[in-house]
Amino acid sequence: MSRDVENREQFRPENHDNEHFLLTTVVGSYPKPKWLNRATDLAEDPDSKFTEEHLHEAHDDACRVITHEHERAGLDTVVDGEMRRNEMVEFFAHRIPGYEFNGPVKVWGHNYFDKPSVIDKVEYDEPWLVDEFEFTSDVASKPVKVPITGPYTLASWSFNEHYDSEEELAYALADLVNEEIEQLVEAGARYIQIDEPALATTPDDHAIVGECLERIVSGVPDEVRVGLHVCYGDYSRIYPELNDYPIDEFDVELCNGGYEQIDVFTEPEFEPDLALGVVDVHTADVETVEEIKENIKQGLKVVPPEKLTISPDCGVKLLPREVAYQKMENMVTAAREVEAELDAGEIDLAAPVPQAD
Amino acid sequence: MTELVSTTPGLYPLPDWAKQELSDLKGHQKHDLISGNEGSDIVAAYDRAREEVVSEQVDAGLDRVVEGQLRWDDMLAHPLTVHENVDTGGIVRYYDNNNFYRDPQVRGELTFSGDVAAELDATADLLGDDDSLQAVLPGPYTLAELATDEYYGDEAEFLDAVGDFLADEVDAFPTHETLFLLEPSLVFSPPGEDVDAQVPEAISAISDATDADVVVHTYWGALEEKVYAHLMDADVDALGFDFVAGDRNQTLYNINEYGTKDDIALGLVDGQNTLVESPETVRERVDWTLDQVQSQTFDTAYVTSNTELFYLPENRATEKLSALAAVADAEVEVEA
Repeated sequence: MSRDVENREQFRPENHDNEHFLLTTVVGSYPKPKWLNRATDLAEDPDSKFTEEHLHEAHDDACRVITHEHERAGLDTVVDGEMRRNEMVEFFAHRIPGYEFNGPVKVWGHNYFDKPSVIDKVEYDEPWLVDEFEFTSDVASKPVKVPITGPYTLASWSFNEHYDSEEELAYALADLVNEEIEQLVEAGARYIQIDEPALATTPDDHAIVGECLERIVSGVPDEVRVGLHVCYGDYSRIYPELNDYPIDEFDVELCNGGYEQIDVFTEPEFEPDLALGVVDVHTADVETVEEIKENIKQGLKVVPPEKLTISPDCGVKLLPREVAYQKMENMVTAAREVEAELDAGEIDLAAPVPQAD
Repeated sequence: MTELVSTTPGLYPLPDWAKQELSDLKGHQKHDLISGNEGSDIVAAYDRAREEVVSEQVDAGLDRVVEGQLRWDDMLAHPLTVHENVDTGGIVRYYDNNNFYRDPQVRGELTFSGDVAAELDATADLLGDDDSLQAVLPGPYTLAELATDEYYGDEAEFLDAVGDFLADEVDAFPTHETLFLLEPSLVFSPPGEDVDAQVPEAISAISDATDADVVVHTYWGALEEKVYAHLMDADVDALGFDFVAGDRNQTLYNINEYGTKDDIALGLVDGQNTLVESPETVRERVDWTLDQVQSQTFDTAYVTSNTELFYLPENRATEKLSALAAVADAEVEVEA
């Protein structure tokens, strides 16, 4: 069963012009400023005078800049663009006792990642994200969303040397994520997003992800909004099962596929809120406001406006920065225009929406 | 008495220095991947990397030494992605892994290429008088399955063309002791009734092109019974099985029910986990597996990792070589 989704109202800005409110957000990652990449290289260079402390300062600066960039784009909830994270599994594995690193492995071509090995019981030590959440909250005037790589993905994208099965490892990690969320909530976080891209690779494991989510939300108060992000999958293989997930919001890319799969979610009735990708993160062509408005209307086929969240398909980190910004700005403009049209009764929610392409 | 021969299915991880150097030389994007006519700096880097992985195998004491397939950016699709009549399309997922390769779109006749032969020539030079060279290729069904046919237009015809292409490539290989044909697709997406009987013919065509012992190695599960029964018609010396990730009972059922070739390849070391098996563990697995095959004794049992090794970080891949090599050593005893 989905959780209490009344918690979306807390993100409505005070000066919101429209009666309707389509919550606008991002998935998380954002292109790093070039100077930050340069600073990272310098910090790794033993011959350079640039220290880890300098890099920390550079991360703070980058987080400040990108959080404000999100605010300038008009988003209702913001993130720091994951400026401190190198990769979505490595970042967490470095913070979890029980993991070790042996070196890079190939993903494709000359793209590698430091796929970690679980060699012992995974444990919770220091908080993973509380410091960065507090920093971002301090510099932000909008509510801050916290993306966390989900336990199923953390387990799937690691070598498992210790646990009897990947499932058992995923549950152990889910308990750690639960502890982390408890800390984040205590620090004031109200919007958590669990990223589970590995579910798209192995959709038959949807029940394992479900059990992970049960563990993750255990004891988490209803006013904390918990979303699940999955991308680039065959959703007929996890729907309607995902209706049983204890989440407030399901965040999914569909723009990249021209909304071919949108109908998957229309029958039976979609239970959580839908956070729909309305801009493609794999093309540097910036969608026009008009195009994005049509994409938003695709979401209205699945949920009513009060259950629709507007988001890019996925993290935007691979786009040129100015393109990423323009996509977000157009996305927000489109959402506000659709809200106004809904207020004016200009959008017929019962009428079928033609599918793109 | 079964002779144990330690080997690997190839496709090694690049040494870490080469990951960095080649990524600097080539770039990270789709169009930066190997084309078959790379410049001299890139060739030189691969030459040094090849020398390193060949020495590692020799030093570890493996009975068969592979080239390492370090240039195979597209993994088993490589022989087609560098072909002049093949375009490379989008990046597609490599089986169930978090790995991707360029979709080879076949747009013309699969004429002779010689790309893999050149790699093996270089390896043979490194090995000198040592006759342990093992060639590695995708099997015809796997290579056809990984590709998109835009030219032949018919599944059966395409499979034949891929088989003939691979046979011509093998014909140009330097002298080699063993040829491993990797056929994970026979497990992952088994052939339907329209081509299943044709698969062994395509394999036999390749086998006919070499005097070496030919092993058809399968992994990521057990073969369906019918696929196995057809595969037994292939004119090869051994079939290889995944005893790590596979359904062992189904595999043993196939072997005991339909028999198998006079030799066998045992995938007993996990190519996708950093946990390094001890030589004793591997030896126990060998003995257990051979015990389970009631129907026959083998002349040769190849002891290998179940999958390619590129999934592993360099240090662990190297350690696995030692475990494999030690097993073929008579000195490793199993404790009672």
